[in-house]
Amino acid sequence: MDVEILSRIQFAFTISFHYIYPPLSIGLGLIMVLMEGMYLKTKNKQYEQLARFWTKIFAITFGLGVATGIVMEFEFGTNWATYSRFVGDVFGSALAAEGIFAFALESGFLGVLLFGWNRVKPIVHFIATFGVWFGSMFSAVWIVVANSWQQTPTGFQIVGEGLNARAEITDFWAMVFNPSSVDRVLHVWIGALIAGAFLVMSVHAWYLLKGRYTALSKKAFKIALAVAALFSVLQLVTGHSSANGVAVNQPAKLAAFEGHYNSFDQADLYLFGWVDHESQKVVGPYIPGGLSFLIYGNFDSPIKGLNDFPQDEIPTQVNAVFQFYHLMVAFGLYFIGLTLFGLFLWWRGKLFEYRWLLWVFVFSVLLPQLANQFGWFAAEMGRQPWVVYGLLRTSDALSATVTANMVLFSLIMFTLIYALLFVLFLYLMNKKIHAGPYDESNTESRPLQESMAKTIE
Amino acid sequence: MATFLGIDYPTLWFLVVGALFSGYAILDGFDLGAGAWHLFFRKEESRRIALNAVGPVWDGNEVWLVIGGGALFAGFPVLYASMFSAMYIPFMLFLAFLIFRAVSIEFRSKEEMKWWRDFWDISYSVASVMMALLLGVVVGNILWGVELGPNYEFQGNWIDFLNPYALLVGVTAVALFMMHGAIYLAMKTEGKLFVKVNRLLNRSIIFFIVMYSIVTLFTLIYLPHLTDRLHENIALFVVPLLAFLSIANVPRLVSKGKYVMAFIFSSLTMSFLLILVALELYPVIIMSTIDPMYDITVYNAASSENSLRIMLNITAIGGPLVILYTVFVYKTFWGKVKLDETSY
Repeated sequence: MDVEILSRIQFAFTISFHYIYPPLSIGLGLIMVLMEGMYLKTKNKQYEQLARFWTKIFAITFGLGVATGIVMEFEFGTNWATYSRFVGDVFGSALAAEGIFAFALESGFLGVLLFGWNRVKPIVHFIATFGVWFGSMFSAVWIVVANSWQQTPTGFQIVGEGLNARAEITDFWAMVFNPSSVDRVLHVWIGALIAGAFLVMSVHAWYLLKGRYTALSKKAFKIALAVAALFSVLQLVTGHSSANGVAVNQPAKLAAFEGHYNSFDQADLYLFGWVDHESQKVVGPYIPGGLSFLIYGNFDSPIKGLNDFPQDEIPTQVNAVFQFYHLMVAFGLYFIGLTLFGLFLWWRGKLFEYRWLLWVFVFSVLLPQLANQFGWFAAEMGRQPWVVYGLLRTSDALSATVTANMVLFSLIMFTLIYALLFVLFLYLMNKKIHAGPYDESNTESRPLQESMAKTIE
Repeated sequence: MATFLGIDYPTLWFLVVGALFSGYAILDGFDLGAGAWHLFFRKEESRRIALNAVGPVWDGNEVWLVIGGGALFAGFPVLYASMFSAMYIPFMLFLAFLIFRAVSIEFRSKEEMKWWRDFWDISYSVASVMMALLLGVVVGNILWGVELGPNYEFQGNWIDFLNPYALLVGVTAVALFMMHGAIYLAMKTEGKLFVKVNRLLNRSIIFFIVMYSIVTLFTLIYLPHLTDRLHENIALFVVPLLAFLSIANVPRLVSKGKYVMAFIFSSLTMSFLLILVALELYPVIIMSTIDPMYDITVYNAASSENSLRIMLNITAIGGPLVILYTVFVYKTFWGKVKLDETSY
């Protein structure tokens, strides 16, 4: 294999692995803020127990997120030197802002969040937790802004020619608020918040099924369900807005999302299907004119197909882009259905009465993760063959001095290390979850636990 | 060219990057040093105390590397691209050890089994030593020069980074961090462990001073061009002098039991040594061993003036904030380590 494909595999692999953790940290961060907030408000110790328990899980996701995140920062320079020279001037300020404003905030307060329970007052601890969460949200802003600039570059000028060409920033705020960044920041944020909420629901649904920590789990589940329902619905709005942006700014990507090769006056919307690249056809059920309607509010508006673009400027893996995009949308709709159903049962006072539903929540934890991953796959594969849309091709972005063997070495290295990390991650999560918020068998240490729980309910 | 206080933007940003890496060396330096000593502690209790001395802060310290890397990428993209791709293998190994260091701290305490803890102890200690060594190797290569050709692209072989001089600087970095880490541990421990740390600290001071002398000698004999700048301007002699004095001050303060001051002076030592490196090279950052026209300098590597101005503004706003909450965190965990249920 050549150095380009190896470098792409390595980047895709390391970023996908990294992206398991930050969304969980962001999502859990909000839930922890809410739990501690409830504790401050109600003085009910159960909320503090919950917050302490989730802090332990958070420590694992955060630690892995940092360790695998530094890899990403270095990989720009090691594997994508030409890209780094090209974008450094523009992209750099976003990264610098990320580091100094956001990452320093979250990592600084992390120590207090994890180890400060007995050292600072509850209100100070709450502020630390909020700082960590706010920092992680803010971190996401800058990273997504940088990526959005690659999708829809603005606020720059090109200096130099050929391989020496590079983008120079002309307007910082135009770079930050490039046409896709607001939509995409919101979409990424909400995706992360949903992922965190689903993890909390999954764990507490499991406790409820096993009859453990019942009082505690009902509280936690309700907080997470409210968060999940709110953001699942909002995600529909940001998703729709994002797709509209893609239609305007990256029409070739939109055509790939829907497998449209030819321009029709009426662009159909496939619910699911299979794209045959040879015959340029999609097989599957569709809504006639649905895509035109979603984008333009009119079933008869034409939308450009892939054949309307220069053939060396469109993504080649159309079926993959189509599938990832459609799976993401399908999962998103599932989250809305499931969480609204949950709210309905809560309203009727029957939320915890159906064991099958709790099992559904236990296993649904995987789907927001997949939706987040697939969304990024669709976004990044749909941008190909460009690494910076319309300006720099992925194949031109490599490091000239790095050979295929070197990348093969590092790829094998990362594969082995990450496989180990993933096994350990699952093992430790499992262990922490089994251990639970406190030792239930040890009633002596918490003699009032049961009676307190009853009075409060 | 725009200036601030008479200093042009690329040079200002060079100072920012220097301050960040110096901050990283001082802060993560003691983590790495403590990690390097880890296996010297035999008892489980001692290892836990040593680990929890860095427990609440190592992650925040690592941030300085993230920001430093970002600052390099942002301000000197040409340098960032050339250096990282030229030293592909050492940077990849560094990343691997960085991951192992992080997860070892995180995972060690999660199981009681002896083999589990031993595995993560070894992994933690080896990773800490190797990170220090590789950081030193990178600095050594920067001092030695790199085979840079047209477009500042690396022309050499991937194994070139393992030259004797770079390795020597690498070992010196390990020694320096071990001294620094031992002082930190002396501040954070008490009782028998404190006595042991003190003994190790005295050894590490000797280890560092020996290594430092060898590197200085080697530099003077084989890399005489590095002292050209000092020859040109005798006033600059104050920098190596200050470095020397602050090194000499460390054993003096340690013998008096003034660990906080010793820590400050070992931190100053790191800063002075980095300033010395920068001074010897500036405005060159990486010297080409092929032709001076391929030298990477602060000027030909820098981002546009506009970009640098934006980033200097960001730093001016963000820097004080970072210092503010760093101080808050260190104040919260000030004093000797006390293990509780939230500890590693």
